[in-house]
Amino acid sequence: MKTTKDTTTAGNGGGDVRLTGISKTYGSFTAVHPLDLTVPQGSFFALLGASGCGKTTTLRMIAGLEEPTSGTVHLGDQDVTALPPYKRPVNTVFQSYALFPHLDIFENVAFGLRRRGIKSVKKQVEEMLELVQLGEQARKKPHQLSGGQQQRVAVARALINHPRVLLLDEPLGALDLKLRRQMQLELKRIQTEVGITFVHVTHDQEEAMTMADTVAVMNAGRVEQLGSPADLYENPRTTFVANFLGTSNFIEAEVDSASGDEIVLKAGGGKLVLPRARTSAPTATGGKVLVGVRPEKISLTHADDAGGIPEGRNRITGRIADSSFIGVSTQFVVDSPVCSDFEVYVQNIDRDARLVPGAEVVLHWNPAHTFGLDAAQDIDAGVETVEEEVA
Amino acid sequence: MTFVNWLKRHFVVVAGLLTLAYLLLPNVIVTVFSFNNPKGRFNYTWQEFSTEAWKDPCGVSGLCASLSLSLHIALWATLGATLLGTMIAFALVRYRFRARGAVNSLIFLPMAMPEVVMAASLLTLFLNMGAQLGFWTVLIAHIMFCLSFVVVAVKARVMSMDPRLEQAAQDLYAGPFQTFVRVTLPIAAPGIAAGALLAFALSFDDFIITNFNAGSTVTFPMFVWGSAQRGTPVQINVIGTAMFVVAVLLVLVSMIVGNRRRRQKAL
Repeated sequence: MKTTKDTTTAGNGGGDVRLTGISKTYGSFTAVHPLDLTVPQGSFFALLGASGCGKTTTLRMIAGLEEPTSGTVHLGDQDVTALPPYKRPVNTVFQSYALFPHLDIFENVAFGLRRRGIKSVKKQVEEMLELVQLGEQARKKPHQLSGGQQQRVAVARALINHPRVLLLDEPLGALDLKLRRQMQLELKRIQTEVGITFVHVTHDQEEAMTMADTVAVMNAGRVEQLGSPADLYENPRTTFVANFLGTSNFIEAEVDSASGDEIVLKAGGGKLVLPRARTSAPTATGGKVLVGVRPEKISLTHADDAGGIPEGRNRITGRIADSSFIGVSTQFVVDSPVCSDFEVYVQNIDRDARLVPGAEVVLHWNPAHTFGLDAAQDIDAGVETVEEEVA
Repeated sequence: MTFVNWLKRHFVVVAGLLTLAYLLLPNVIVTVFSFNNPKGRFNYTWQEFSTEAWKDPCGVSGLCASLSLSLHIALWATLGATLLGTMIAFALVRYRFRARGAVNSLIFLPMAMPEVVMAASLLTLFLNMGAQLGFWTVLIAHIMFCLSFVVVAVKARVMSMDPRLEQAAQDLYAGPFQTFVRVTLPIAAPGIAAGALLAFALSFDDFIITNFNAGSTVTFPMFVWGSAQRGTPVQINVIGTAMFVVAVLLVLVSMIVGNRRRRQKAL
């Protein structure tokens, strides 16, 4: 009954994970719509989305724990779609860790090696336990360890097999905030050290952005957008991505004229300028566009000083509805004729004492920081889902 | 007043000790009367201390034969009921099949049926089938009524088992057989052991169903009942006490071994 994974092809086949037209349906419910995804070898890749968006199902299809309804899974050149999980050179860190309660830490970590018929496991296991700083705990049972330690055992148990891809299913979901931050850095360090491809599933956008080289944002069984964290944040192509990653302000506007690289839009009584390169919406004159801008790109000036604002900046007027002092910044909510809850984060460099709730203000920003989205979508898609979801 | 105060403070301990005494007193009586030397045939009044019966526990004709038969039946019934019951429990928890709900409730019916009725019906069944009453009919009956208890014990354990543990084993290169032997079975073991112990105790003790279906074979409970009509030999108390002592010793040994293992782990 020995099952030995074919690890000899590692290296020449590369460690790319290629999903081609992969989908999963349960009866009439489609968990994952056909999707194509390539995870380059050695990268730290994050699948980000709210619960039920299909990210875990996608991960489990790579692991072999879920059979795809259609499509194929390739590891390098090898088609592994038909292989059972115990024959795939892939290991998983489960959400609840799934440590074997009847085995001690040493045997948990040695489990994969032993199943592959490797006799002398002592040295390897000890080295791996050192890597995750658990050398002292080898003879304890899982329930005697803290959550963070259990999490590290789960990582060690998977990594010791030198998988071509390590799959992490919300591995930090059960930890408290401080420990989670610490483990994020730890995981990133381990990934850099071992150079194995990591595919990380999470609903925490901050976690995905801190750790991953590439993030795929998933929503309702589809990949909404894929890119580097900075790219996703600066150039969201849908309201879901714009809201799910950080906070975005949206103004509904109408295309007035389009010339060269710039599109001029009418909103309320004023005009806004939007770079054509940052617009994913059709821009026929008279068409509706959602104009987006991030709260930290905006400057806030008291209405009395409006004359001092340089020319060429997008500007709208409003009244401060609420302000909260955060220390490094102050977060304002501004009530404006074009958008009722405009969020603005102002760095606390020179605090203007006149900027209190009720004050009339002008919001202005560099037009280059504006992005345009198709108005035919829900403005609030992806809002607050991060807070609501408890895995 | 001081006594009332003392009672208030120690009420839980006192109540606990009284309950324990209530539980154990019958066992004490059994043990004490195993050292009795009764006048006449009935071992109901204390006469004098004697170790006669302990020196010759098989001194009553037929007693040890019935004891051996009971132990045999109990062992086989335990084995059969545990095997079948464990498989049923896994099937009920793990798989979705037609009539699963019905099976889930039907499995408890033997527990709810009055034992006398069950015994009489079984006899009817065996007689209609032309079966020879004896060891086999008793064994079949015992496996049948032990089954429900094993299913209940194992099911509780399997239900609380995280299915991700088996997925993790598969993910770590264990094939289906290895996964079962290395992960599923060890984790389900306490439930299976509890079910097996229950089955053994139930089978060894059973009188009613056995009495109806045993034909001319005599198990230990039947022997005790039979002799109680004519007089109770002290040896019955000896066997009872011995069984009790063996059980207590087993529990003690398992506790000591468990403690030592835990202490070694901690070092």
